[in-house]
Amino acid sequence: MSGTPVDGQPDQSGERWPLHFLLNGRRVDVWAAPHETLLAVLRDALGATEVKYGCGEGVCGTCTVLLDGAPVNACLLLGVQAQGRTVTTVKGLPNQDGLHPLQRAFVQHEAAQCGFCTPGMLLVAHAFVRDHPSATREQIRAAVAGNLCRCTGYTRIVDAVEAYARAGNPTSNRGGRDGG
Amino acid sequence: MYLSPFLYFTPTSLDDALAVLQAHLPDAKVLAGGQSLIPLLSMGLARPSVLIDINNLPGLQGVTEDRGRLRIGALTRHYDLETCRVVREHCPLLAEAASLIGNIRVRHRGTIGGSLAHADPAAELPLVAAALDATLEIHSPEGTREIAASRFFLGYLQTDLAPGEIVTGVRLPALGASTGYGLAELVRRAGDFAIVAACAIVHVDETRRCTRVALALGGVGPYPIRIRSAEDLLAGRSLTNRDIHDAADAVPDEVAPESDIHASAAYRRAMARVMARRALEAAAARATGTRGGHG
Repeated sequence: MSGTPVDGQPDQSGERWPLHFLLNGRRVDVWAAPHETLLAVLRDALGATEVKYGCGEGVCGTCTVLLDGAPVNACLLLGVQAQGRTVTTVKGLPNQDGLHPLQRAFVQHEAAQCGFCTPGMLLVAHAFVRDHPSATREQIRAAVAGNLCRCTGYTRIVDAVEAYARAGNPTSNRGGRDGG
Repeated sequence: MYLSPFLYFTPTSLDDALAVLQAHLPDAKVLAGGQSLIPLLSMGLARPSVLIDINNLPGLQGVTEDRGRLRIGALTRHYDLETCRVVREHCPLLAEAASLIGNIRVRHRGTIGGSLAHADPAAELPLVAAALDATLEIHSPEGTREIAASRFFLGYLQTDLAPGEIVTGVRLPALGASTGYGLAELVRRAGDFAIVAACAIVHVDETRRCTRVALALGGVGPYPIRIRSAEDLLAGRSLTNRDIHDAADAVPDEVAPESDIHASAAYRRAMARVMARRALEAAAARATGTRGGHG
């Protein structure tokens, strides 16, 4: 009967376990207790503050990360569930000279206002367009409907994602992901 | 985002999962997609001392079709139901229902077994399971059993699942060519739990006369409710607008909604009739081919 969350032995407190995963293509090693969410591990232990904490209930979308390529709520995943997997934040979007083409589309369409929702918007839109390269505007709207922008700048966000999808994007490869 | 501590197990076989669950009753919870359980933990509404993460169990994911029946592994994610070719072809109702759940991130993580075991009265998959007469496959240390959805849901977030049991799969019928379905939801914002939801399945014979109807309503009682009087009214009828209105008119008397922060009981009762009518209209149109077949 397996009783450990991860490989290896716990720390002296017996509460935290060695955890490792690929964060934006780089292996990270960190101690985490099972009850620490991936969001807490990313922000508090690894300093990945580009992953924002909004609602903590999976509703707002600003803590979105890609887990093996699939958009998920980092606030509703345990850190230990990322063991051995691939986690991508907005900093891990592939880019040349600093910006991913989707980010460039956001800049061109002035789709960021306060910016708090932007990392989640980018990751959800990136994954959705990758999986549905010929998505219609309506489908794009439905895909980002679960990401809240309290500046309510939705029109320009959808404009940017649509322009990016129309332009045809070079980064449509995706790694394995969970789900059957 | 911050949860109370718990012991955490990641069994890699079903037998191990059942054993560790048994060993830690009554204070252990099974973690599948976690899209309902983790918010409950984070809000302090549930405080299990042990979590058993079943995401690493083999063989609990995926969809198979066999002679008109679909078998869906309990860990199959909503997004996979939404996009799976077998589901879209043989039970498009299920794909459409999955696409209405929460948001794209919840759908990438949430599972059909978890949704049914959680049994939210307004959730899409319990509603569809009730309408389709799905059966749930349940494992315990004593063995396997199957139970009809109609006997599985017992009350608000309450099911027939015993503390030491795990839902491992769902079986449901494929929808044939002479069958139509309709889903109608009243929601304030995309992805919200429905205030009222209705699911209708209509079977017709070669003369387009209705042979059988299933009509289930969600959000208007402690679990999805089948409206037998409306179903009986439509059997043998030709599905005119009048037939469908008569059936929908039977709905308000059969539901038992409660008032809450989202809507009053009276409003829910009134909307139950409207959602039932819309679901029946869509199902009838698909079944009789007046809207391009069942797909």
